[in-house]
Amino acid sequence: MSDDNILVVEDLKKWYPINKNLFGKPQNYVKAVDGVSFSIKRGTTMGLVGESGCGKTTVGRTILRLHEVTGGKVLFNGQDLSEISPGKLRKMRPQLQMIFQDPYSSLSPRMPIGEIIGEAVKVHKIVPKSEYREYILKVMQDCGLQPQWYSRYPHEFSGGQRQRICIARSVALKPQLIICDEPVSALDVSIQAQIINLMKDLQTQFGYTYLFISHDLSVVEHISDEVGVMYLGNMVEYGSKTAIFKNPLHPYTKALMSAVPMPDPDYKMNRIILKGDIPSPANPPSGCKFRTRCEHCMEICANKVPEFREIEPGHKVACHLYNDKESEAK
Amino acid sequence: MALFKKKKVQSIGDNQYLTLREERKIAKENAKITRAFEKKKNRTKVPESEYLTEMHDPKNVVEFDNLHTYFYTEVGVSKAVNGVSFDIPEGAIVGVVGESGCGKSVTSLSLMQLVQAPQGQIVEGEIRYKASNGKCYDIAKMPKNEMLHIRGKEISMIFQEPMTSLNPVFTIGAQLDEVVLLHVPGTTKEQAKARSLEMLKLVGIAMCEKVYDSYPHELSGGMRQRVMIAMSLSCNPRLIIADEPTTALDVTIQAQILDLLRDLRHKIDGSIMLITHDLGVIAEMADYVVVMYAGRIVEKGTVREIFHDPKHPYTIGLMKSKPSVNKLVDRLYSIPGQVPNPINMPKHCYYKNRCEMCRECCEGDFPELMQFSETHFAACHLYREDKDLVIYDAMTTGAATEKVEVAHE
Repeated sequence: MSDDNILVVEDLKKWYPINKNLFGKPQNYVKAVDGVSFSIKRGTTMGLVGESGCGKTTVGRTILRLHEVTGGKVLFNGQDLSEISPGKLRKMRPQLQMIFQDPYSSLSPRMPIGEIIGEAVKVHKIVPKSEYREYILKVMQDCGLQPQWYSRYPHEFSGGQRQRICIARSVALKPQLIICDEPVSALDVSIQAQIINLMKDLQTQFGYTYLFISHDLSVVEHISDEVGVMYLGNMVEYGSKTAIFKNPLHPYTKALMSAVPMPDPDYKMNRIILKGDIPSPANPPSGCKFRTRCEHCMEICANKVPEFREIEPGHKVACHLYNDKESEAK
Repeated sequence: MALFKKKKVQSIGDNQYLTLREERKIAKENAKITRAFEKKKNRTKVPESEYLTEMHDPKNVVEFDNLHTYFYTEVGVSKAVNGVSFDIPEGAIVGVVGESGCGKSVTSLSLMQLVQAPQGQIVEGEIRYKASNGKCYDIAKMPKNEMLHIRGKEISMIFQEPMTSLNPVFTIGAQLDEVVLLHVPGTTKEQAKARSLEMLKLVGIAMCEKVYDSYPHELSGGMRQRVMIAMSLSCNPRLIIADEPTTALDVTIQAQILDLLRDLRHKIDGSIMLITHDLGVIAEMADYVVVMYAGRIVEKGTVREIFHDPKHPYTIGLMKSKPSVNKLVDRLYSIPGQVPNPINMPKHCYYKNRCEMCRECCEGDFPELMQFSETHFAACHLYREDKDLVIYDAMTTGAATEKVEVAHE
């Protein structure tokens, strides 16, 4: 395993039990995340896209062990987070941070923002007590917050500023990996651009690694280096940004790309419109989970789960369409 | 007492305070004003002549003319819509774009007379509506009981959140039938059901019988939005207001719904007013675009004029700040600052503090809408004839030889 991978996720599974039997043993599961593998290089951004309910948020939360892992490994700097003891995990926490979607509900309304940003700094003793205040002010400045706002409360701020507070809160702990769960989808377009620019600036300045979870493809393309596309708990395509956006291989990725409205009235599109809705994760279709909505559905799709295999270097796809050539060669 | 004297009111601006006494005074005055408005609206026997008007252009369904909708809050008057004028032609899709809080939803709610009363009131201006019986009404002056014949029947609305706009304790069928039974007098239950099923089929629901008998929670987000569209169509409306119809939906479902709306527009003979903050959706759907900022129209025109030749710095900034697929830029353009506070609006151009093209003349009054072509208007001092056009040239590369003329208001 190379050293420059900060996070390696191997066959990650998170199953939620539904209806238990008489003895409390779960009989059925919702497989929210069912075997997802990827790795993130240090100082880069990985984007995770998919529709709502595809398990992208669960992946983020399971990596942080905000949900317990059902199966698989999460290697952070070579250490398996899924098996680490709670005490040790707490010591690791400053290195792994999260930014949430809704800046309105993720800040305590009863705390001034200086305290919100500084609380974890105190707990984890990031800086000595004497330097505490200066350090918080410096972090606030880095995130575009004015120092005189130190003792103001969250309700006095607009959505964009609140998201800056959330970013400052996670950045104050000098983390290595920040998991951003739809950080800009609750914001207006002009504010969205400010926040994305801020995140990029912080990355170049301090070398953070981001796992950027979003359903907005244009934002993901802008910020990411690698992109993973998820569908119903599985990763269907993974590759570099250019590979995914210039040469999407999986039918789902293609449909997702073509569904994005272009801000150009003369743009002629060959839109692939997917039929129907995403199936229930409690009772997913057999074989390839995408087959119910796929235009290229074949016989084999119903029987066999497609393998997640490398088609080009660094570009992996889980689809039977791309299996033929290799199996023929064999 | 000193404790109670000063209450900090965040919405009024930085470091500005209102005492309790001042607040009470404002509330008292507001109550007086709003009561007068409510009294006028609640009258039952109003001669029709009072709210009959003439359309300025017979091709339009709705004409907004200098509409002012204010909210009388306890910290002051918030001018949510402040002098908005635009037309919705028959059979066209008019898109209204803007950031949250710019007044785009309030404009549409004013048209439906659904503004939160008694705080929210239409203070000034006309909303002319050409009804199906050939008469032309001014909705701003219409009494409440007359509005019942128009709302939901001739003008219907699709809301953003399909889950909260359907009643969870009634079946889809019951809710759909209700619309027809209420608005078309003399329909039997069987006829209503037939109509509802027909509508469900029209919006592309395959198992319409099954959906008819199910409850809202049994359907997915996209299906619910289809039901909402079916409901809005069931009385053959002349205008459908779609208030962020796809914002709560996924991209793939959004594509389905937009496709459906585009289809329906040819099937039904009506106009659509599409409110959204997504420029992509607007570019794809709309014929005419209205760009709003802080309660005012900053630019309006056909979709091609707006997207290929935007004039107002805000429109240009908005387009540049949206990342788009397969168009890579190193750094996104971001509009600095924020929308000004709706109470205590500045006297000058509202965009001045965020504008990069800001010049001395921007200190003056709010700029009037200026005409660039038959349909294209923008409100910006940059294009005034008496000013040098150097900055303008630098800003819009290429399209600089435009002849500028001042609009005659």
